[in-house]
Amino acid sequence: MLRAVLLFPALCLALLSASFGARAAMEIQVVGGAANQIAIAIVPFQPAPGQPTPALTDIIANDLDRSGQFRRLDPAGVQPPTLPSQIDYASWRGRGADAIVVGQVLPAAGGRFEVRFYLLDAVRRTQLAALSYTIAPGQWRATAHQIADVIHEKLTGIPGAFSSRIAYVQKQGSRYELRVADADGYNPRIVVRSAEPVISPRFSPDGKRLAYVSFEDRKPIVYVQSLADGSRRKVAAFKGSNSAPAWSPDGQRLAVVLTRDEASQIYLIDADGGNPVRLTRGGNLDTEPVFSPDGQTIYFTSDRGGSAQIYRMPVAGGDARRVTFTGGYNVSPALSRDGRFLAYISRDEGRFRVTLLELETGQVRVLTDTARDESPSFAPNGLAVLYATVVGNRGVLGTVTVDGRTRARLSESGVDAREPAWGP
Amino acid sequence: MNKILWPVLLVLTLSACSTTSDKPVAVESRTTQPTASTTPSTGTAGTTNAGVSGSALPAAPVVDPRKDPASPLYKRSVFFDFDKFDVKDEYRPMLEAHAGYLKANPNARVILQGNTDERGSREYNLALGQKRAEAVRRVLGVMGVSDAQMEAISFGEEKLRNTGTTEEAHAENRRTDIVYGDE
Repeated sequence: MLRAVLLFPALCLALLSASFGARAAMEIQVVGGAANQIAIAIVPFQPAPGQPTPALTDIIANDLDRSGQFRRLDPAGVQPPTLPSQIDYASWRGRGADAIVVGQVLPAAGGRFEVRFYLLDAVRRTQLAALSYTIAPGQWRATAHQIADVIHEKLTGIPGAFSSRIAYVQKQGSRYELRVADADGYNPRIVVRSAEPVISPRFSPDGKRLAYVSFEDRKPIVYVQSLADGSRRKVAAFKGSNSAPAWSPDGQRLAVVLTRDEASQIYLIDADGGNPVRLTRGGNLDTEPVFSPDGQTIYFTSDRGGSAQIYRMPVAGGDARRVTFTGGYNVSPALSRDGRFLAYISRDEGRFRVTLLELETGQVRVLTDTARDESPSFAPNGLAVLYATVVGNRGVLGTVTVDGRTRARLSESGVDAREPAWGP
Repeated sequence: MNKILWPVLLVLTLSACSTTSDKPVAVESRTTQPTASTTPSTGTAGTTNAGVSGSALPAAPVVDPRKDPASPLYKRSVFFDFDKFDVKDEYRPMLEAHAGYLKANPNARVILQGNTDERGSREYNLALGQKRAEAVRRVLGVMGVSDAQMEAISFGEEKLRNTGTTEEAHAENRRTDIVYGDE
């Protein structure tokens, strides 16, 4: 892949098809865990000759660790069962197991593999899931994420978000790459490569398109790009600056910030760029719009009250109401998909941290202990927030669960990652 | 070479014409020369006698005042205080010079590029940078520059001039740059 990059040194911007990969050397560090974790024993699957690395159970374990919902029991010292009938329940129960995962990988025709996986309730000694996947080697990690999703949903009642994807911008030297990767940061693919900054990527609700802001034309312009074929169009390129795209829940419209009439104001446009309708009025600064899950309300950041605060207003028009009250700088609103929580960045004594507001109760909780957090976005299942922060002078991505107890850091050595967005 | 010489010759000829009516031959011999559109910049040579035209030559290679360090047009950056968006009085003379240039050159265009320091949200900073660009645009507008000649945009914190984290570095980044469309 590096070779492919070097072939086009003169191009300041190259649209690359989905088949272009990118090198991955992602490190994942997890700290903390939920108050009441489910004890789970993940027994290494019986391997097939020539299967990809790392082992499926390593990827699954990593996923479950990031969620903070599970405490993994060390399966060492036990004769590894591969089928439910081989499980010694009493022994696992004696180690405190609530659930057990076993499985096997078998060679299949055409270089494929069959993965058989079983999830068992160690207390009731019942089978919670039994699934078989016949996969190509390239579907290895995706299969592990699907199994982790099944485990998460069966044991917590809430779907996992391990098969979802994230978008982020990687800066290396003076090169910018907009990338889409698996939720654990692996399997990154380059969406856009540019010598100019790219910010604010946002997945369409169906995950098939990305809206983002590119400075390649010496000013900020909003693009929408298909992830399937790489085709793209300028959807907001009016006089002045164009930025901060947000998809409506039905994927038909975007809220954007334009400056064509006055200082930064929020407009609605069709997803193909037509019919701009101005939403906010007045000479103040309004930006960072996001839709509520029902599409009826826009949350946004404004300086209308003299400091940066988050407000909400009806999409149909009308008065804005202030949502954040504590502190002098609250920006970058993100809503959980159930509309219950608002995540945002709050400045307190010079530190910018991910903060969570339960909208109904007004309860506020600071989720991180870093100092330069930016760009929060919720996991599809609403249980965690993805954000950017700075560690050791370098931009890294992190996730934190909404209870604030489990944090994971996704980082690739030697590069600067920023502007993350969690997609479907 | 021809591009430089012909206008000069034409000026010589015209000035000769305006001061001496007793040598019509010289004028007639030049009637097929380029039109007067190339002459206004050297046209002040007029009243002197054709014989001393050597003084008109240096006027031909015009220095672009925007590139001349001695000209106020050479200055392009308006700096702002922390969390402030008003153009300080010290920048008025410089902005007057740019307004004068833009009014004298209706085809000239400027992009006003607002910038912020790196602290805080990128999108919010983009909007703050826009405020700084708009502030300069409004001042130039009051000075008589047409809106059609100006575009206020923002780079937010994306194009830091100084990547340091000191207050001096932040101050250097809080600014609006004036960039001409032909640059």
